Amino acid sequence: MSILVVAEHDNNAVDPSTLKTLAAAQKIGGDIEVLVAGKGCSTVAENVAKADGVKKVMLADNEAYEHQLAENISELVADLGKNYSHILAPATTTGKNFMPRVAALLDVAQVSDIISVESDDTFKRPIYAGNAIATVQSEDNIKVITVRATAFDAVAAEGGSGDVESIDSVFNNDKSEFVGEQLAESERPDLTAAEIVISGGRGMQNGDNFHMLEDIADKLGAAVGASRAAVDAGFVPNDMQVGQTGKIVAPQLYVAVGISGAIQHLAGMKDSKVIVAINKDEEAPIFQVADYGLVADLFDVLPELKEKLKNTFEDSLPASI
Amino acid sequence: MKILVAVKRVIDYNVKVRVKPDQSDVDLANVKMALNPFCEIAVEEAVRLKEAGTADEVVVVSIGPKAVQEQLRTALALGADRAIQVETDDMPDSLSAAKILKGVVEKEGPDMVILGKQSIDSDNNQTGQMLGALTGMPQGTFASKVEVGDGFVNVTREIDGGLQTVKLNLPAIVTTDLRLNEPRYASLPNIMKAKRKPLETTSPDELGVEVKRTIKLLKVETPAERSAGVKVADVDELVDKLKNEAKVL
Repeated sequence: MSILVVAEHDNNAVDPSTLKTLAAAQKIGGDIEVLVAGKGCSTVAENVAKADGVKKVMLADNEAYEHQLAENISELVADLGKNYSHILAPATTTGKNFMPRVAALLDVAQVSDIISVESDDTFKRPIYAGNAIATVQSEDNIKVITVRATAFDAVAAEGGSGDVESIDSVFNNDKSEFVGEQLAESERPDLTAAEIVISGGRGMQNGDNFHMLEDIADKLGAAVGASRAAVDAGFVPNDMQVGQTGKIVAPQLYVAVGISGAIQHLAGMKDSKVIVAINKDEEAPIFQVADYGLVADLFDVLPELKEKLKNTFEDSLPASI
Repeated sequence: MKILVAVKRVIDYNVKVRVKPDQSDVDLANVKMALNPFCEIAVEEAVRLKEAGTADEVVVVSIGPKAVQEQLRTALALGADRAIQVETDDMPDSLSAAKILKGVVEKEGPDMVILGKQSIDSDNNQTGQMLGALTGMPQGTFASKVEVGDGFVNVTREIDGGLQTVKLNLPAIVTTDLRLNEPRYASLPNIMKAKRKPLETTSPDELGVEVKRTIKLLKVETPAERSAGVKVADVDELVDKLKNEAKVL
């Protein structure tokens, strides 16, 4: 068996989801080769080649791939991928965008968003917003798969010694073009990669109050998220949304503040290691999944928490400072 | 221009999903079914484009047994002009659905095809993109804004980390994300009117498509439930537990 993993990156650095997809590839077993397609992304290729278990990296460096346009990337991946038994990509918005086109070009089905590898042709994946888990078996000769990154532990980023090989196939379509993008800029870690996530819901009452969460997040090195209710109410932008229709997160610690715990939110965070819920409604469903629940008014709790975390942090500093 | 909207009949999003005792699938017997929420957004967007004078005809298509006519009537009540049912015994997988839709596209020749980004049952998020590859059309997936120009459409897409805008030559595929619009409710007069709008039935055979399934469903399970933990009395106890018991701080 030979597996092609399509790397996710921004032309400068490899996205952590790639290392997690590599972990899924290792579970399937076989030779693992990686495609890095982009523009000016040779550093990415060199770095991916160092990841554990990577045999070879193919670098397709061309303007046509700069913005990961699905029309171009899918042709490239389908062209290369016909020689492999499996093609994997992270189930990010990029992978979700081009992979089904790859599958259709190869005339095979796609297995979306796998959360475990049972064997080389059998996988588990969530359906019905995570309210059921399906075990599926693919009979296609090429298995096209997207991987839910949060369900796999990343392979080591160092230690491997794959070769980097440039490929010059260029697929450039004339029907779609990149116009522009607006990316949220934040000093805080990315929601899907953060070890700690603190999220606010409708209980935050307005967008300004989210600074209380941000203050705490900055003490903990955490990312700030939100429930769909908070996004729909216009408190915060939609890229902060945690849930089935937003980001799926699985941090070490998830703190839900003023979030009732609708199914759609739970689907996005219930695989977190430790869940804390702070809500003044003791009947809120979020408490049914929380390891630690605090029934209290968040406007009392957050300032106190900020203060206490400060003390905790200062206590742990060496006395000489 | 003509817009084709593909819609799917799925479990109502308010219904709690139950797995069958024999774990063969989820139990859909006597469960309330509805138009997939993302498909509803797709219909709404098409109808708005018609109301704005950009589109002159909105055709909805659904694949499945006779029951899907209910969802087609809903789409007609929301403002679509006519409907096509492609009759199949059960719901085909995404690739077969895309092949069937390609057949419909060849027959209807739409300038734009709008689909939901995913259905809330199988959560695959594939059909629109597959249809794009099969027809050679460009795609704007996870759309939060659609602006039609002369021979092209600009689609703003929700991507991880923000928004991206792409320009697509028509004909093009658009798949909808949640914030594209807020669908209207069908009014009673429109529901009545929808009953008289044309609904045509065809089949994969007539469209020259062979329906096959290469992914076998082996088992469906209820996910491991998280059990409720403990209630803490105050912030001190919370911080203490997180530091010393859970060891996550």
